[in-house]
Amino acid sequence: MSVEVQDPSADGQAAAKNNGLASRRLLTDRLQLIGLSIGPLVAAILVASLILIAMGVNPVDYYTYIVNRGLLSPSGIEATLTRMGPLLLIAAGLIVAFRAGIWNLGGDAQFLLGASVVAALAPVLTGYMPVWLVLIVTLVIGAIIGALWSLVPALLRARQGVNEIITTMMMSFLGISFSNVLVKIFFLDPATNVPQTRTLPVEDRLPRLFDTTISSGVLIGLVAILIVHYVMAKTAFGLKLKIVGANAKAAVHAGLSVSALTIGVFAISAGFSGLSGAVAVLGQYGNVRADWNPAYTLTIVPLVFLARFNGFATIAYVFLFSVLSIGSESAARRLGVPNYFTLVTMAILLILLGITEMLDQKRRESRRT
Amino acid sequence: MTLLTAAFLTALLAGAITAGIPLLLAGLGEQLSEKTGVLNIGIEGMMLAGAYLGFLVAWKTDSVFLGFVGGAGGGMLVAAIMALLCVRFGLNQIVIGIALTLGAEGATAMLHYFQFAQTYPRLGAISSLPIPLLADIPVLGPALFNRPPIVYIALLLVAVFAYVYRKTYWGIALQAAGDKPAALDSSGVSVLGIRSVAVLLTGALVGLGGGFMAIVGAGIFVPFMTNGNGFIGIVLAMLARGRPLWVLGGAALFGACLSLTTALQVAGVDIPTDVIQMLPFAAVMGVLVMLGRKANLPSALGAAYVRGAR
Amino acid sequence: MTLSSQPADDAEPLAKPIVSLKSVTKRFPGIVANDSISIDFFPGEVHVLLGENGAGKSTLVSMLSGLQQPSEGSIAVDGTEMPIASPQKALSLGIGTVFQHSMLVPSLTLIDNVNLGGSWWKTPDREAIAKRMEETALSIGVEVNPAAITSSLSLGEQQQAEIVRALMRGSRFLILDEATAMLTPKDAEKLGQLMRRLVAQGLAVIFITHKLNEAVAYGDRISVLRLGRKVGALGPDELKSLGPEAATKEIIRLMFGSNGNQAAETTRAAGSARPLVTATDPLLEILALEVDDDSVPVTGIELKIGAGEIVGIAGIDGNGQKQLSEALAGQRPVKNGRIYLDGQPIEDLPIGARRHRGLRYVTDDRLGEGTVGAFPVSINLLLKQIGEAPFWRSGIEQGGAIAENARKQVKDYDIRTPDIETPAGKLSGGNIQKLLLARELTGSARAVIFAKPTYGLDLNNIAASRRRIREAADGGKAVIVLSTELDELIELSDRIAVMSQGRIVGIVENDGDARQKIGEFMSGVAA
Repeated sequence: MSVEVQDPSADGQAAAKNNGLASRRLLTDRLQLIGLSIGPLVAAILVASLILIAMGVNPVDYYTYIVNRGLLSPSGIEATLTRMGPLLLIAAGLIVAFRAGIWNLGGDAQFLLGASVVAALAPVLTGYMPVWLVLIVTLVIGAIIGALWSLVPALLRARQGVNEIITTMMMSFLGISFSNVLVKIFFLDPATNVPQTRTLPVEDRLPRLFDTTISSGVLIGLVAILIVHYVMAKTAFGLKLKIVGANAKAAVHAGLSVSALTIGVFAISAGFSGLSGAVAVLGQYGNVRADWNPAYTLTIVPLVFLARFNGFATIAYVFLFSVLSIGSESAARRLGVPNYFTLVTMAILLILLGITEMLDQKRRESRRT
Repeated sequence: MTLLTAAFLTALLAGAITAGIPLLLAGLGEQLSEKTGVLNIGIEGMMLAGAYLGFLVAWKTDSVFLGFVGGAGGGMLVAAIMALLCVRFGLNQIVIGIALTLGAEGATAMLHYFQFAQTYPRLGAISSLPIPLLADIPVLGPALFNRPPIVYIALLLVAVFAYVYRKTYWGIALQAAGDKPAALDSSGVSVLGIRSVAVLLTGALVGLGGGFMAIVGAGIFVPFMTNGNGFIGIVLAMLARGRPLWVLGGAALFGACLSLTTALQVAGVDIPTDVIQMLPFAAVMGVLVMLGRKANLPSALGAAYVRGAR
Repeated sequence: MTLSSQPADDAEPLAKPIVSLKSVTKRFPGIVANDSISIDFFPGEVHVLLGENGAGKSTLVSMLSGLQQPSEGSIAVDGTEMPIASPQKALSLGIGTVFQHSMLVPSLTLIDNVNLGGSWWKTPDREAIAKRMEETALSIGVEVNPAAITSSLSLGEQQQAEIVRALMRGSRFLILDEATAMLTPKDAEKLGQLMRRLVAQGLAVIFITHKLNEAVAYGDRISVLRLGRKVGALGPDELKSLGPEAATKEIIRLMFGSNGNQAAETTRAAGSARPLVTATDPLLEILALEVDDDSVPVTGIELKIGAGEIVGIAGIDGNGQKQLSEALAGQRPVKNGRIYLDGQPIEDLPIGARRHRGLRYVTDDRLGEGTVGAFPVSINLLLKQIGEAPFWRSGIEQGGAIAENARKQVKDYDIRTPDIETPAGKLSGGNIQKLLLARELTGSARAVIFAKPTYGLDLNNIAASRRRIREAADGGKAVIVLSTELDELIELSDRIAVMSQGRIVGIVENDGDARQKIGEFMSGVAA
């Protein structure tokens, strides 16, 4: 046991020195944080490049092509930005859940159910109210549907402590099938042979930005992420969620109602997924086809982790991912690198992320010794 | 009911077995991992790797047997990564599980694309091994006792695991690794060793299940063909709570539901498959709601073991 | 069975030691858990390792059982130095450990728990094992039901089974780590008798405890640990010649340090300088309080604490102190009884409402629940006021007010931190405690519960914490201090209650012979 004895007269100097040290340490901490975020990304691109070389594709050509098609060509950037809307909303929901230490892996069903209910309602509602009101009402409904679909896992976790990974996954399978049932039986558009919902006319959809094909869904996504970022960083509610996630025992000790917060987190997180489905329909697709499931949730998980739940970083990563996925869709046709390559890249990214985390933890432990 | 003809019932039962065997193998595999405390979210990926490699080997060698070996090998390959990262290095089992599933989805689809472009070559029909006498029972016989040997092996595995869990030292060690790893460690058995072996075997079982889907079930490989079967395996294992026979029951239930949808369509009854696909999940959720916390899982599930961690 | 292979050699009192620790030192980040400890363990003896929490007993055990390795020094078995590199190695050397927390797999039968290390492909002959288990149990005079599922057994039964298992594995050196901590007095006594029978068969038994009476009753030899060092030992001859009473005195001297009495003398003077306020109405009143708990249910707690009064609660760890303090703070439901603060019942109020009424709880689990390590000091200082003005307005953080509050408290409470934004987890234990004190003592505190307020702190911070407690009482608050350190309670308290098995077994005024009376209550002599 060491005894901290300090000469009181030395305190002033020590404090002054401490201040300089503190700001420098703060800076190095920041840099480390950025390194922890960008490091795995760079490493993943390197590994992916090696795989490309093994496939006989020049990685420089590949990535140049992707950047050209996903970012630099007008139609590419428009598609990229449009795709970002739903993805950002899912990311917003995941940030809330992960911050509070809750694994909501049921996003796909929450998304799909939101999407199909909205796709069925919107064309009907346009007969009764102005378009702007239809849009607002259906967006809200999408969010509510998503939130409702998380109710059972939320209650099971909050009241009984049942692991939410299992329950959200089961509700996800259940919901994906249920959404298909809805589309195939109840929401079927009698006018077409393909099993799908009625298609919302383009003029009744979310307005496009300027003179482009970019859907204003991307704005909804951006606003959502920024609100989540702000709530998490600056409000009492966000702080409470973070405490539940960081140390549930401390949350109880501090007198927070952990079970109410848990249910709230589920509702918000799943609500964002449902909203994402609504935005995808109202801004991009206009209808829901049977057996449609873009399965965004699992691919967004690594991005949110990479961004370390930071809103701005999430926007950046979702943007990168959209460029990558839009670009790789073209690359599949042109360079013979199938679309699936994106999945491999994401997997490598996740694994490297895990390894970086472990190395960082080891390093911190050894520094403490 | 005109539906209940012998031919219909035979087709239904046969279909249930074809759909159920991969689920059975996935469930048994996941059960093995979970018993030792490893929550293996990556089995969907292992299954897909098994389906791909199983198909490829069977197609190249024209040998069904080697195809199954390839399938098990494919699953083990992915499982080896999981064992290394999650058991040895203690990385988050969920994150890595998701990564392995995504990676296997992408990798198998890509490899298939390079090999076959957009064509889907078909394997020849599999010869079955009729069991004397039993195969002649009406309905039951052709559906159950006139099948490829792999079906019998998979069903036999249920008994094997029931025996292993209840009767062998290994079974005891498996349970201890998941329930109280420190107790196992203080008895001089390597927790990490037990868990690594379990994860590898899980990969083999699940890969075999994937191989079955491709070689016996479909006769072709299609990207993403496991279509959530691995995840259903996870659900089965969680509900079976360590009992292989329950996995069999669950796999039969899910398999029957899947088979019923096709059978009904063949019979001209037009119900979307999704309605019946929902049933097992709805049943499982119902059970969870009623049992709640009592759905007991190994207490160390999902936690990496670090000796003397405080 | 290897019991017979090591006959007790009565003629030669100092037979060769089975195991010797040779200046063993073990360091963890930030602390020295064992500081060059040398002890010899002999066959045929119950060797008691005695010490308070944090004295380094458990670390010593984990090195002997192969779970951890010494940083310096060595361990010799049968006279040969050899590293005990793994639990397996320990077992093969005949070292068996019964840990404080059961090392049986709860979902398996006792038979299967014996079998954890068998060859994997083999089928255990369960009948033979059960038979062997029963025989072994019989030979040491206990009864076990081998076919029982472990989780269905009481802790005492589980412990007996663990001892039987250790013997079946050929242990000749048996470590019982805090073996009686979780047992009922009756079971503890049984265990004591069992230890005597075991050494009579020639085994070496290491019995780790912090209960004096048990040490004296069952030990042949006692080594006392304090703050990671061995501070004294009593051999068999000394123990015999001193007799139980004198031995107990001597051990207390060793455990609490020779200056213990002196310190109490001076501080009691300081204590009585404060006006005693027993005459006023109690500020905090606890009536017939009952709290449910699986291991230590708390019953029949009656305490009245006046403004300006400090009531100490003494007792060995794990006797319901945590349950009591959590129930008072509102973290645990009260099963029965009443808690009045300023004459108002508060037992049904949630945590936050109790805090608003002026009830404060300084937890001993500073990192586990007291703070969120990754969050800055400034936020941790407000952990229990999230959302309250002026720090939050309409739910939105007011950085200025938060920083101002943090700077003020850091200064007032001398929290040494590089910055108010530094994560609380990076502070030293003493500074985290200051942070908790700052959070709990400011504002409208009326009654404060301190749980082990100086546990794990260095001398300076111990002094600072105790000063804060005294100041709180001087400021007219009602104070409860729960501690396992008798010196601390004698230094601070006006009255001291002794807690055992979830009850208050006695309350004494803190006067000249409080120490002895408390010792009697604690050791169960007076009970």
